[in-house]
Amino acid sequence: MSEERIGVYVCHCGSNIASVVDVEDVAVWAKDNLADQGVVVARDYKFMCSSLGQELIQDDIKEQGLDRVVVAACSPHLHERTFRNACDRAGLNPFLCEMVSVREQVSWVHTDKELATQKAKAMIAGGVERVVYHEPLEPLRVPINEATLVVGAGIAGIQAALEIADSGFPVYLVEREPSIGGHMAQFDKTFPTLDCSACILTPKMVDAGQHPNITLLSWSEVERVDGYVGNFTVTIRKKARYVNEDVCTGCGICIEKCPVNVLDTNFEAGLGYRKAVYRPFPQAVPKYPVIDTENCTYFKRGKCKACQIFCPTQPNSIDFEQQDQLLQVPVGNIILATGYDLFDARRIPQYGYGRLANVYTSLEFERLCNAAGPTNGDVVLRDGVTKPEAVGIIHCVGSRDRNYNNYCSVICCMQSLKFAHLVKERTGAEVYNFYIDMRTAYKDYDEFYQKVLEEGTHFVRGRVAEVTDAARQPGEDGKIIVQVEDTFIGKQRRIPVDMVILSSALEPRADSDEVAHKFGIACSANGWFIEKHPKLDPVATMTEGIYIAGCAQGPKDIPSTVAQGAAAAARVLGRIQQKELALEPIRASVIAERCSGCRICNNMCPFNAILFHEDRMVTEINPALCQGCGTCVAACPSGAITGTQFSNEQVLAQIEGLLMFGVNGNLANELVPA
Amino acid sequence: MSDKPKLAMYWASSCGGCEIATLNIHEHILDVDAVFDIAFFPCIADFKVKDVQGYPDGYIDVCLFNGAIRTSENEEMAHLLRQKSKVMVAFGSCAYEGCIPALSNLTTKDATFNTVYLDNPSIDNPDGILPQPVTLVAEGTLTIPVFYHTVKSLDQVVKVDYTIPGCPPEPHQIWAVLEAVVAALTQGAPLPPSGVVGAGSVAVCEECSRKRDVKKIKRFYRPYEVDPDPDICLLEQGIMCMGIATRSGCGALCPQVGMGCRGCYGPVPGVTDQGAKMVSAIASVMDVGKMGEIDEAVLERQIEAVYDSIPDPAGTFYRFSMAHSILRRTRVAGNGHGKE
Repeated sequence: MSEERIGVYVCHCGSNIASVVDVEDVAVWAKDNLADQGVVVARDYKFMCSSLGQELIQDDIKEQGLDRVVVAACSPHLHERTFRNACDRAGLNPFLCEMVSVREQVSWVHTDKELATQKAKAMIAGGVERVVYHEPLEPLRVPINEATLVVGAGIAGIQAALEIADSGFPVYLVEREPSIGGHMAQFDKTFPTLDCSACILTPKMVDAGQHPNITLLSWSEVERVDGYVGNFTVTIRKKARYVNEDVCTGCGICIEKCPVNVLDTNFEAGLGYRKAVYRPFPQAVPKYPVIDTENCTYFKRGKCKACQIFCPTQPNSIDFEQQDQLLQVPVGNIILATGYDLFDARRIPQYGYGRLANVYTSLEFERLCNAAGPTNGDVVLRDGVTKPEAVGIIHCVGSRDRNYNNYCSVICCMQSLKFAHLVKERTGAEVYNFYIDMRTAYKDYDEFYQKVLEEGTHFVRGRVAEVTDAARQPGEDGKIIVQVEDTFIGKQRRIPVDMVILSSALEPRADSDEVAHKFGIACSANGWFIEKHPKLDPVATMTEGIYIAGCAQGPKDIPSTVAQGAAAAARVLGRIQQKELALEPIRASVIAERCSGCRICNNMCPFNAILFHEDRMVTEINPALCQGCGTCVAACPSGAITGTQFSNEQVLAQIEGLLMFGVNGNLANELVPA
Repeated sequence: MSDKPKLAMYWASSCGGCEIATLNIHEHILDVDAVFDIAFFPCIADFKVKDVQGYPDGYIDVCLFNGAIRTSENEEMAHLLRQKSKVMVAFGSCAYEGCIPALSNLTTKDATFNTVYLDNPSIDNPDGILPQPVTLVAEGTLTIPVFYHTVKSLDQVVKVDYTIPGCPPEPHQIWAVLEAVVAALTQGAPLPPSGVVGAGSVAVCEECSRKRDVKKIKRFYRPYEVDPDPDICLLEQGIMCMGIATRSGCGALCPQVGMGCRGCYGPVPGVTDQGAKMVSAIASVMDVGKMGEIDEAVLERQIEAVYDSIPDPAGTFYRFSMAHSILRRTRVAGNGHGKE
């Protein structure tokens, strides 16, 4: 007979749980069958998380002298805090409350009511056995560092950095490219208002570059992250620019004098050239150029130095001996705004990109129609002079396609409508948009669609089968032909055009898994960073102190990206204002006298909290770094590492409870014959 | 008989190694004889069960019970000796946690009988005769002990005061325990608290002189496949060594001579399931690449490859501790191969 006085509370969750699990039966069963384990009261209630439900628990704690509480409801992610607080209000240490997830792990995943009810009972028995071993705990309090690291300086990162910096707190803004600005800096016009992308972005870039609270680290990458929320230490590699930022005035003479032309596959999407010493674009922030060592004659052959010879500054700004620098910065919170990669259209060979000269990707077209781009905004074919008479724009290239990405890339419909408008406006060409479904949700978007419709753009509903230069019919000679099933008329069509634009999918960064691992967060199956809650917590992650914003979290347009940047900043500011952080007191620790120094655990802590003392041959865990993940607790073969709230006793007791009753309702021990 | 304290040593389902280890305390056996009267010790002296039945309850001061509980006779003897003994010692791995006999909990009684009596190249049993607990013959009814489905440890059938682990226990540890008991009986010294005696309280690694580093295991080797470095931790060299999950006390005899620890001293204090702990530890240090860095299918194949380099995992990890495992046993209704 247990000495504990345990209350069991079974939630209906409306019909979420009650429609599959017989909750009344479960509550009665718990009271009748778990009395030996210490259960003195068991109740079911429509919504345990409601204030009435919580009061039920609070009243029982006070009136019945409960010293342990088991709530069978949803996942602890949702309401553990709610019920812990309820216990706290009734004077019971909140850590003496255990949640059993009979919604996520039972009612939502099973259909057989009888078996589901039995599983719920077994899980509650496990929870009851476990809660006996719970100990009252006090949260750990740590100060929060006021500085924030923002990784990625596209529009999301810039917005987040400015919001935080404007509030008076320091920000380290890290960008791996030579300039901040991200993809938005490459665009010409933005939908649906058609305002100039650079005109609205560059003031923000300049603000970010000059803000006294922002330390801008372009041409830099995060190497590693140590520590935990409130107290991260970030190691940043500041890549050698070979240009001394302290003396360079950004005059650009070095760029002018550099004799090497390099095809710019990055900023100009392969349509234009840059020098070996370069700024991606004239309004780059910071203004300092970078030497591309792969193409620089000096780095390749040991001579040239034209940039150094012509550099007017004293001392000379060009420094061929410059080395990468490793900086360590302490920050309290981190925002990841690392953006997206464009789908490589070569992966769909039948669309001809890379084979047919006048098939363009969306990013190439952005540069083509950009007033500051390689053609000064003239929409012309690859020969640089011919204006197209007919242009095909293909939506959903690499999106909504089982062979590539199942998801919708969100921006392609509006982007393609924008392209249709720009082509019409600049060339007067016939424009054909090939789409599957037209998705123009959000403010003023559908109005834009109506406008493009009125402009006389042709819309063909159907997935393009092929883009080819093989003429089969009169009028196709010298054209590229778009073969498509027009699903509205149920016929195959061949539409000859001069130019095809592929509205390519947005994809997670190629290294998104690696980055996620570095920051201790997770990626979805597609590779996008996973938010803490898809609706209610879209910019936080499961790792405390790490936030995400912009396309790194999933494809989105500029307004949503900016909103997320600001939202992440607001979350961080909220954290900073708390000054101090209450950490879950769930930590692993080594029982030194049981540790044999076998070193199994030494290499496995994701937070680098494990330390081995060679002199005493024992392992120790730094409680400030430990996040209580339990990896080492499970690994320790000697039972020398124990985790608060996840002790061996607790876990084994839970298993005992789960197995206490066999499927026939008999005590499982009776199932083992002599 | 004199009024010297009474000692008994009994073998249930066991191999006899525990008796040999006990006699292996060499000349100290004379001290044992000087201090104790032998009340029951079938291995070395001729006693009958009815002799024990005739003793008053608690007549035997110390009973060293070795062997697992495999048959109804083993269980009866356990109850009888418990009743007649003041101090009951689970002596050796079989009595402590089932040892080799308990590995048959991973199969069924029918499958065991099949292997022992029917389907085995060295068997000549054309009529397929199996042991019958009850046989009617002209002269009357013959009975033999019932062969149980499940092998149990001594503490699963009677209350045990002390446990001396080991397969067999090391003679110096046996003598240390007997010395303590003798001191208690002759000089009134306090008895040690009940539980495991004659062993250490941390893992075998503590006693092992091999140099240990951070572990990353690419695959396992059987001892004949490699010539291990004499100074480096065997596990780091891919030789299965249960030392990390096994209670010390033996002096790390096996790993010191290049043979991985078998795990016979059982789990380290505080651990319930030695095999599960070992599996968890091994799984934690497999060097198979990282999630996200290599293709998941490749990762899975590499993990499988490491598993495949461990012959008989259950027999390796639960060689001594199956009766105490939270796995309990395979389903009796099954065919012994884990499938219906």
